[in-house]
Amino acid sequence: MRYGSVTAVDGLSLTVEQGTVTAILGPNGAGKTTTIETCEGFRSPQSGTVRVLGLDPITDGRKLKPRVGVMLQSGGAWSGARAYEMLRHIASLHAHPLDVDQLIERLGMHGYGSTPYRRLSGGQQQRLNLAMAIVGRPELLFLDEPTAGLDPQARHATWDLVSELRDSGVTTVLTTHFMDEAETLSDQVHIVDEGQVIASGTPQALAASGAKNTVRFTARAGLDVVNLMHALPHDTKVDEVSPGAYVISGDVDPALLATLSAWCAGEGVLTESVLVERQTLEDRFLELTGKALR
Amino acid sequence: MTNLDLSPMPGAAATPAMLRSQVAMELRLLSRNGEQLLLTLVIPLMLLVLGTRSNDVVDLGAGRPIDIITPGILALAVLSTSFTSLAIATGFERRYGVIKRLGASPLPRWGLMLGKVGAIAVVEIAQLTLLSVVGLLLGWDPQGGLTAFAQMVVLAVLGTAAFGSLGLLIAGTLRAEATLAVANLVYVLLLVGGGLLVPLSRYPEAARHVLELLPSGALGQGLRDSFVGQGPGAFSIVVLIVWAVCCGLGVSRTFKWE
Repeated sequence: MRYGSVTAVDGLSLTVEQGTVTAILGPNGAGKTTTIETCEGFRSPQSGTVRVLGLDPITDGRKLKPRVGVMLQSGGAWSGARAYEMLRHIASLHAHPLDVDQLIERLGMHGYGSTPYRRLSGGQQQRLNLAMAIVGRPELLFLDEPTAGLDPQARHATWDLVSELRDSGVTTVLTTHFMDEAETLSDQVHIVDEGQVIASGTPQALAASGAKNTVRFTARAGLDVVNLMHALPHDTKVDEVSPGAYVISGDVDPALLATLSAWCAGEGVLTESVLVERQTLEDRFLELTGKALR
Repeated sequence: MTNLDLSPMPGAAATPAMLRSQVAMELRLLSRNGEQLLLTLVIPLMLLVLGTRSNDVVDLGAGRPIDIITPGILALAVLSTSFTSLAIATGFERRYGVIKRLGASPLPRWGLMLGKVGAIAVVEIAQLTLLSVVGLLLGWDPQGGLTAFAQMVVLAVLGTAAFGSLGLLIAGTLRAEATLAVANLVYVLLLVGGGLLVPLSRYPEAARHVLELLPSGALGQGLRDSFVGQGPGAFSIVVLIVWAVCCGLGVSRTFKWE
């Protein structure tokens, strides 16, 4: 996708599994919105192929639109339309919409249902936009920065709803630049930068794929670290950094911790504290995209 | 917490239901918008009432002022709804992402357009009825009977097509603020000197030749001719059709939905 001489999305390739939540994570200007709007049929790619539910978003738009729920990053309502009215209107365009009153109840919107859109707070507008995206009972949901500008309660409410939608069989693709959001919500994360996918995987796998993680534990001094190292996977290192303080570095996973516990039990050693230091998705993200502001 | 079944059950509503909903929504928003009501009803009504004394300001020519001014006011009503009101509303719909939002819904783009056409039709029927009745109460004596009113409907449809596509041409290419400014400016200019209210025969020769080529001049003159029982001249009809076709082609080539 090019805008004039700027190539916003370049050779980006990703596939989404049905019934999962996929996060497209990236810094500002990375091409997240362009990607998602190409899938929604708002933009036509200059090259490449986009298939959504097996359909072309532009030529098969009529067939596709009823099946897809869209939450725009901003706007999307008449400034004078009241929140309920706007939601009812979008509902009326669908064959089997959700019960609007119940949806309002579920999203805690009853306090501002008759407020015109222009007088809603940013967070209230976001909530209404989310409601408009799901009211038509879509099978696929595109959410463009669904929690931008929300307070922590509202963010968690949105996360709960997205999880519930997944449990009900809805496929969700969302963009975000919140790591915790990608980490909490998604089954699959694609980190996008400068219009390309630079890393993909589950949040856990992505976080673990960078610099090695560590386990620190304390026990009596003078354990046989060489023997412990043999018990652990072969690219794992163990050091006694000070008497009684040990550091294991390597791929830290549940199996490694189980092996450590078993080895300690075999040696009759009681570990006094075990601290797992895992790299977070945020560490990995910054490692991949750099720390420069943009 | 209520038990909300979120499992997918997608589908578009039936087309007539979507269109009804869209027209109803547009009308509700319109009725709540003070400026739009001022433009579509209050100003034409005021000018109609004042028009009975228009000879104090401008000489409309031979005949009673009310008989000359009423058809012009009907033309003004068409202009206000199909041009100014449509352009401003569409400009802000683009700005606020409404057109984009609806573009992601099952409502097809032609459905969005038909929704607008439907809302304009309802508003114009209300305007033309109300203004005609008030005109009659003020002593308007239209000639040509029912035929003249039928001709009015034809002219209103053609005028709406011409003004509406011109309005969309502006709203689809300029920013919302610029659209607001241009739409209001054009309204005032055509109202004052576009051959809407003042018969073309009252203008200087040179101006008349330009004005009869404008959709405002063609619609105003067409309606005045109809209500003196002559029927609209073929020239007026042709002018309106040419404007509608040219602007319509322009819209289909340049209109940006967001």
